[in-house]
Amino acid sequence: MSTAVLSIAHPTPGQAAWRRFRRHRLALAGAVIILVLVVGSTFGPYLLPFDDTYIDVMKRFAPPLSGAHLLGTDELGRDVLARLMMGGRISLAIGIVAMVIAMAVGIVVGAFAGFYGGVVGAVLMRLVDAVLCFPSIFLLLALAALTEPGLVTTTVLIAATAWMGVARVVEAQVRSLRERDFAIAAIAFGSSNLRIMFRELVPNAMAPIVVAATLNVAKAILLESYVSYLGYGIQPPAASWGNMLNNAQIYLTSAPWLAIAPGVAITLAVTSFNFLGDGLRDALDPRMNIP
Amino acid sequence: MARYVANRVAQAIMLLVVVSAIGFAILHLAPGGPLSQYAASAQMTQEDLDRVSRQLGLDRPLPIQYLDWFGRMLRGDWGHSYRDGGDVLSVIGSHLGATFELMATATIIAVLLGSWIGVLGALRRYSLFDTLATVGAMIALSIPTFWFGLVAIYVFSVKLDWLPSGNQETIGDGSLLDLLHHLIAPALVLALVETAMWGRFMRSSMLEVINQDYIRTARAKGIPEWRILTRHALRNALLPMITVAGLQFPTLLGGALVTETVFTWPGMGRLFLDSIGYRDYPVVMGILMFSATMVLLGSLLADILYAVADPRIRVG
Repeated sequence: MSTAVLSIAHPTPGQAAWRRFRRHRLALAGAVIILVLVVGSTFGPYLLPFDDTYIDVMKRFAPPLSGAHLLGTDELGRDVLARLMMGGRISLAIGIVAMVIAMAVGIVVGAFAGFYGGVVGAVLMRLVDAVLCFPSIFLLLALAALTEPGLVTTTVLIAATAWMGVARVVEAQVRSLRERDFAIAAIAFGSSNLRIMFRELVPNAMAPIVVAATLNVAKAILLESYVSYLGYGIQPPAASWGNMLNNAQIYLTSAPWLAIAPGVAITLAVTSFNFLGDGLRDALDPRMNIP
Repeated sequence: MARYVANRVAQAIMLLVVVSAIGFAILHLAPGGPLSQYAASAQMTQEDLDRVSRQLGLDRPLPIQYLDWFGRMLRGDWGHSYRDGGDVLSVIGSHLGATFELMATATIIAVLLGSWIGVLGALRRYSLFDTLATVGAMIALSIPTFWFGLVAIYVFSVKLDWLPSGNQETIGDGSLLDLLHHLIAPALVLALVETAMWGRFMRSSMLEVINQDYIRTARAKGIPEWRILTRHALRNALLPMITVAGLQFPTLLGGALVTETVFTWPGMGRLFLDSIGYRDYPVVMGILMFSATMVLLGSLLADILYAVADPRIRVG
């Protein structure tokens, strides 16, 4: 008599997450677009015959697809595509670096507040609430007005106005996780508080942290575009997607293409990160799947 | 109820103290601190600066200075504009009307349009309309407001010549029709993000409600579908939206700043940017503190209204 072998292969959590993520077609599209934008702005400038700061006064305001300039030229005769790619480097880098800083601050604040609770937790979380009272653009611009604008300050200031959401997420997670058995076991085992916080609790809150990080990149890219558009972020001649739109309004009638390319790039990047975050939320956090 | 309100007000006051401490810290971060106006002048010697510093009480310990500053804020003395010497609070007040007009119009558009989109999306879940609305909302949340404004100006002012490209009114006209004509584009641009947010929250709130037992009971009783929708579902789905309205307030203020800049709208956001341009720190700080206080009061009001509307909150 032969025994029928019945095997029910349980997918590992990773496989299950990947399966759920794959179903989210817009998130996949977002990931692909992000990849294209990153690769394009990293390697693209080497393929172009024009430098992003090369001024050609003879070819000012060349419309797109006219001659050698694929996306036309701006008011100084600089190649728009080259500026778009170099601007992409800066805008995407700011988005990612600001996210990393904001995550680091938010995770530390949230972990301490959630783990210690009591007075420490109350003080830290009231600080989070208070900073959230300031509309981020107002806070960002006020801080930018007090400092010397530039790449580093813009990145740090964006992070300074974007860490609070993560702190809230981590605080709630850590507060509930620290009551769980594995955390109590770690305490009984005599682990130090820091070790319990950052080796036991925070890694277990990774799913919402990854989602928050992805959405944070979108927010940071958007904020960069706002401050740079308003003239308090990345300063010319360096290009960023935001500051390329700086003069676009003046030339809206005569050279509308100057406004289109950077705006589309920002929207594309921000939408992609938002969809990616949405897809990751569905994939990593099955409990959130219900609605 | 009184206890809940008192509790919530006490929390808000505590938060206001933290908010003001942050504001005070930022003020002292300014190059030269509150003395920057004097330090910028070449004729001022170090002794002059020291004297002014003593006169303004800046040589006192920081906590004392903070208490003094906070006390003056509470009494309505927010300092004077560097630009024209005007009282900061009245300078802000004179720009508030235009901002309020813009924000109120955008909110009305967002609530009406967003509720409709959200409810329809929830009722016909996963339909083509719902999918398009969900994707559209995500894109709307990702478009930089100022760029959307530029596109709107290009299409409706430059190409079609239907709408003015900026300002609150035509100088010398100022009739109601003229005001409305100027209001359309900026209000719609500001409403875009709000509509998307409102629609998303409305959809999930509605989805939560229509799966409740009392809706099934109402259906079982044979109540007509439209009546279930308006009397049972919508009223309950709108309740948590009070909180959403409170949460949206900071975004609305931030959006107004950008929209006002693009459309040269003479409101508070525009004043804020102009003041930054002139390094007019008292006005910059004033608007920053003013907007934070508004947000704080907005969320306090939303919480209290929610408790009034839903008894479960104040008991639980």
